[in-house]
Amino acid sequence: MLTNYFPILLFILVGLALGTVAIGVGKVLAPNKPDAQKLSPYECGFEPFEDSRMKFDVRYYLVAILFIIFDLEIAFLFPWAIVLDEIGVFGFWAMMVFLGILVIGFIYEWKKGALEWE
Amino acid sequence: MTLQSLQTALALPEIFVAAMASAILILGLFINKDRNDIVCFWLSVFTLIATCVLIISDFATQTAFAFNGLFVDDPMGDLLKVAICLLSATIFIYSRQYNQDRNIFSNEYYVLGLFAVCGMMVMASANHLLTLYLGLELMSLCLYSMIAFFRDDKLAVEAAMKYFVLGALASSILLYGMSLLYGLTGALELAVISSVVSNLGKDNLALALAVVFIVVALAFKIGAVPFHMWIPDVYHGAPTSTTAFISAAPKIAAFALIMRLLVGGLEDLHVQWQQMLIILALLSVAVGNIIAIAQDNLKRMLAYSTISHMGFFLFGILSGSAAGYSASLFYILIYATMSCAAFGLILYLSTKDFESDQLNDLKGLSKRSPWTALLFLILMFSMAGVPPTAGFFAKLSVIQALIDANLAWVAVVAVVLAVIGAYYYLRIIKLIYFDAPQTIPEADAPIAVQSDSKIVLAINVIIIIAILPWIGTLITLCNRVIKQFVY
Amino acid sequence: MIPLSHYLILGAVLFSIGVVGIFLNRKNLVILLMSIELLLLAVNINFVAFSHYLADIAGQVFVFFILTVAAAEISIGLAILIVLFRSRQTINVDQLDSLKG
Repeated sequence: MLTNYFPILLFILVGLALGTVAIGVGKVLAPNKPDAQKLSPYECGFEPFEDSRMKFDVRYYLVAILFIIFDLEIAFLFPWAIVLDEIGVFGFWAMMVFLGILVIGFIYEWKKGALEWE
Repeated sequence: MTLQSLQTALALPEIFVAAMASAILILGLFINKDRNDIVCFWLSVFTLIATCVLIISDFATQTAFAFNGLFVDDPMGDLLKVAICLLSATIFIYSRQYNQDRNIFSNEYYVLGLFAVCGMMVMASANHLLTLYLGLELMSLCLYSMIAFFRDDKLAVEAAMKYFVLGALASSILLYGMSLLYGLTGALELAVISSVVSNLGKDNLALALAVVFIVVALAFKIGAVPFHMWIPDVYHGAPTSTTAFISAAPKIAAFALIMRLLVGGLEDLHVQWQQMLIILALLSVAVGNIIAIAQDNLKRMLAYSTISHMGFFLFGILSGSAAGYSASLFYILIYATMSCAAFGLILYLSTKDFESDQLNDLKGLSKRSPWTALLFLILMFSMAGVPPTAGFFAKLSVIQALIDANLAWVAVVAVVLAVIGAYYYLRIIKLIYFDAPQTIPEADAPIAVQSDSKIVLAINVIIIIAILPWIGTLITLCNRVIKQFVY
Repeated sequence: MIPLSHYLILGAVLFSIGVVGIFLNRKNLVILLMSIELLLLAVNINFVAFSHYLADIAGQVFVFFILTVAAAEISIGLAILIVLFRSRQTINVDQLDSLKG
């Protein structure tokens, strides 16, 4: 059964070898004369404006946290939408109750000002 | 499918708590900031009392299922739910002044508390691995955020992080055990699991693995040694009002979790989990009682005392008989009441700038406030298990169950360790009655707490002795609900 | 067809990586949160595999619930992480040691 995987193994090996050879040949054969100008980082030809490892604004995390919750709760909507024909009116209202609970959470975060950027 | 076929009415108390919690959350946003606290507080207490009335007025006499077998309404669940609601309401009353003094988001404190209560009630009535998990998570998620209420307090935030990581780890381990159980039995409903497990037999290795995962996760959740490391940190770091909340009702929920999973689902594997529980329980009682002696923070000391009490509570479960389970139920009810009162007293003694959580803060309390000192005296005797307090009868019934289960050697070790444990409770009494008061200006400030809190606190402590005339009634009640559950 | 045991081994390996990640990681709390997520996903693999081989849909429904609860759990974890960073200016696991005894 493992023989089925042999082509994949071969593929991985060839890929690795090809990559190594290409980079290795470049390293060995290419001329290498570094100076200060060449080594300095640049951004579209300019000096970089700020450190690329900047910290994210804390407010970004707040939005991200709220996003995670509402994003994943929506996962329940997909199976519900597919079988809505079979589960009928009761299924519809059951989901409305669920969405109502989500809306309560949404009202809370809105009123608390979690959605304001400033 | 209709509402009738789901039997939604059986879950009315849970639905009521969840609906009221949502309503209070929204209401808190729209009323004036300075009246916010008081309105939300009374509404929350009202909700809990009303839930109690709802449950008692329709107290189950037999087992009934709802939501296609996800949910069960039986006498044991109802008894646990009443206890959960009453204890939480009591803690709310104790915490009000403390929260107001410290500008804790009071509205959110009560709302999160109510949602946690809802989670615990779902656990108490769970008949399915999914409901069990959802109830557990609803409770845990609320508790994580309640601990972090002091946003600027380093200890509180650190405690929240530790509890979060270990709690999440425990949930994952529990889920892993559940997934194995599902794979082996093909069912998620506890009654079905139970019948399939008895067919699979005791020697199934994979089943043993699932049991190991589940027992480890339960040990994490109740804080049994060696999975106890979060308890002292959380009790110490969290705001006292939150510590009080964690120390009472969630213990009863933990009893429900253990009963539903180990006894309701896996009773046929009793031989296997008994071995593990014996080790966990003995280690808990030993480590809890011995390390508690070295503490100088009152909350931390009570945390180690919790660990040892959890060990005692496991003794009843592991004896594996109906008498043992009902002894455990009785023990956990009494313990939760005592713990509630202990933190109530700390909250009572704390003032705006004074936490009153060091043992030294209690020095000479008998001169400052003889009444509080007397309450402390009763409580410490009960925790140590000195007759004629309720704590004594709780320990006695558990030990009795151990002896009946032919585990006399465990009983002997337990008694010896309990005697060692009595030392640190009695030390508190010595501090209160025989030591000279400390000269901290904050400690001398008059105790200013609302009278409702005072009255409830007094009732809470006095129950521990006054339960004596009715102690038989309570034990009979425990026996009855457990009988209904086991057979 | 891939046998069930392969999925179970994958689940067990992922679960072990998660546990090791929690206990060996002394540097960064975010990695800890990722380990927790990995634990839950390992469980999900178990559930889905069992559900498929038992031809029983209930296991997959369980996975839905685990996913959404995990989202709520991680967002609370992140929120605690942020208040922790605000009060201490670090999220180094080694420096979470003010509570002892």
